[in-house]
Amino acid sequence: MTAILHSRALGKRYRQRWALSDCTLQIPEGRVVGLVGPNGAGKTTLLHLATGLLAPTSGTIEVLGQVPAASPAQLAKVGFVAQDTPTYPSLTVADHLTLGAHMNPHWDGDLASHRIRQLRLDLRQKAGRLSGGQRAQLALTLALAKRPELLILDEPVASLDPLARREFLQVLTEVTAEQELSIVLSSHLVSDLERVCDYLIVLAGSRVQVAGSVDELQASHYQLTGPRNDHAALPASWLVIADNHTDGQRTLVVRTDRRVIDPAWTTSPIAMEDLVLAYMSQAALAAGRQPLLEAQS
Amino acid sequence: MIWLTWRQFRAQTIVTSAALAVVGVVLAATGLHLMHLFDASGVATCHAHGNCATLADKFINLFKAGAANSSLFYGSIGVLYLAPALIGVFWGAPLVAREIEAGTFRLAWNQSVTRTRWLAVKLGLTGLAAMATAGMLSLAVTWWAGPIDQALQFNSSPEGAGLTRLAPEVFGARGIAPVGYAVLALAIGVTAGVLIRRTIPAMATTLAAYAGVLLAWPNWIRPHLITPLRSIVPLNPAAINGVMTPNNTQMTVIAAANKPGAWIISNQTIAPSGHLFTGPATQACLSRTASFQACQASIGRLHLRQLISYQPASRFWAFQWYEAGIFLTLALALAGFCFWWIRRRLT
Repeated sequence: MTAILHSRALGKRYRQRWALSDCTLQIPEGRVVGLVGPNGAGKTTLLHLATGLLAPTSGTIEVLGQVPAASPAQLAKVGFVAQDTPTYPSLTVADHLTLGAHMNPHWDGDLASHRIRQLRLDLRQKAGRLSGGQRAQLALTLALAKRPELLILDEPVASLDPLARREFLQVLTEVTAEQELSIVLSSHLVSDLERVCDYLIVLAGSRVQVAGSVDELQASHYQLTGPRNDHAALPASWLVIADNHTDGQRTLVVRTDRRVIDPAWTTSPIAMEDLVLAYMSQAALAAGRQPLLEAQS
Repeated sequence: MIWLTWRQFRAQTIVTSAALAVVGVVLAATGLHLMHLFDASGVATCHAHGNCATLADKFINLFKAGAANSSLFYGSIGVLYLAPALIGVFWGAPLVAREIEAGTFRLAWNQSVTRTRWLAVKLGLTGLAAMATAGMLSLAVTWWAGPIDQALQFNSSPEGAGLTRLAPEVFGARGIAPVGYAVLALAIGVTAGVLIRRTIPAMATTLAAYAGVLLAWPNWIRPHLITPLRSIVPLNPAAINGVMTPNNTQMTVIAAANKPGAWIISNQTIAPSGHLFTGPATQACLSRTASFQACQASIGRLHLRQLISYQPASRFWAFQWYEAGIFLTLALALAGFCFWWIRRRLT
């Protein structure tokens, strides 16, 4: 299996602070990859490294087998919708399409105009006057009509209202079905990603906490409920991600290769959201801070 | 990439073209009249009769009598110094800074065009536009001011000497020097934008830096580009046009340089000993009743000499090429820095 993104010990430092460190990833092709983590976890840094907007401080990264943004050919293979979906405010929708046509060798003009018609965008309208949702759709259209092999979206729905958010994700799902395309999109909300992603990367505290396909993750993680018993030794094959005590109960999130058959524990499959939260809380605790994400759960 | 550059630059192109057209029409309308006036004055053929200074003076007086001529003369100089500043501030500073500020660089740099090429096309086209704008403007002004520049070549009055085309204030508004200024101002603007990343502060920095260059260059650097000529001649008492006696013993003497069309770098009166003459003051010059002529005559008896350091009028084009060349080179160096920065550091 070819990797669309391959990074080894990738790190990026801004002055004194490491925004991303020791990031080793191998993302297989044909996936819809969700990159999830709290604000400031390093999601944008990772995506900017993947698009070549940033250069790594340490380690290496290859996207579709090449250093990001190394050549026009590499750039042509990666579509990118940046955070807040930037467009040129004084240029019209039509101007943006012309821009795309002039600057991309594999530009699909039919796809672009079809999508613009579908979205009912006025070609003569200036991008600065579009709503947030329309602008995001325009930016997505630009990235899609480029006919990329990999589409990267940085918090594409963060600034959208719930309806626009649903429409955007809907379009993304349709696109994956229509075009042969790998997608990486980031969000700080698991609920956004759950619907579209089949591969998940949890990024917290500037490190990758866990990465894998949703199936793999669900097969290797369990939520266990048992009696509160602090002295019981847990099996060595269990990697405890979260350990919560309530009055009479102890709830664990563990990662293990083996099936859990201990009668003392009630096993339940874990929801993606709980899994992500468990990893994020762990990272926050490791950093000596209060969990960042409680308010969002 | 060329299309995007053109599209983003369209408004500026229209505004600039309109401004150039206005300047062109004003200069053409008044310039033709000046040309006729000059042809009628006979200055162009004065060498045959040896009465150039007289004819030139007559023409200059006629020129000054024209209601708008003086304002146009100074105004056109101002426009030529202002144009590069505007180019640097409104074309250069926002070129990269606005993209960074608005976040649109993330859109632009992920099309199938490398950052280097993106900047190369933007800088290249804007640079050509800057050169064309400054070049056309300078061509028009140089043509318009041609008659008066020519007449001033024969005029050796202190007032005239300050306005010849080699004089510091006028030089940068003639010939090809403005092309160099415009390109440098543009490069300063782009560099400021790349470094500061915000449009308005980059604009302010550009303006300050360009003004700094404009002040420093003619005062400290241009005079030394070519070693000035020196002339030591016996002081002609009739040429003395200023005598200062700060107290009863000291006296400084200033005499006209009589180097028509030249740029006078320094003009000193020296004593027979070879030092700068500072006194003692003569009685005739201290006296309140004696005439200025008596004072001049009394100085004449001191055997003073006049030491002039100057750039002769014939060096005008040499200076023009030097200046345009150096400014273009500086601009290219700044552009090179921008390329390096945008590839290696702006990440």
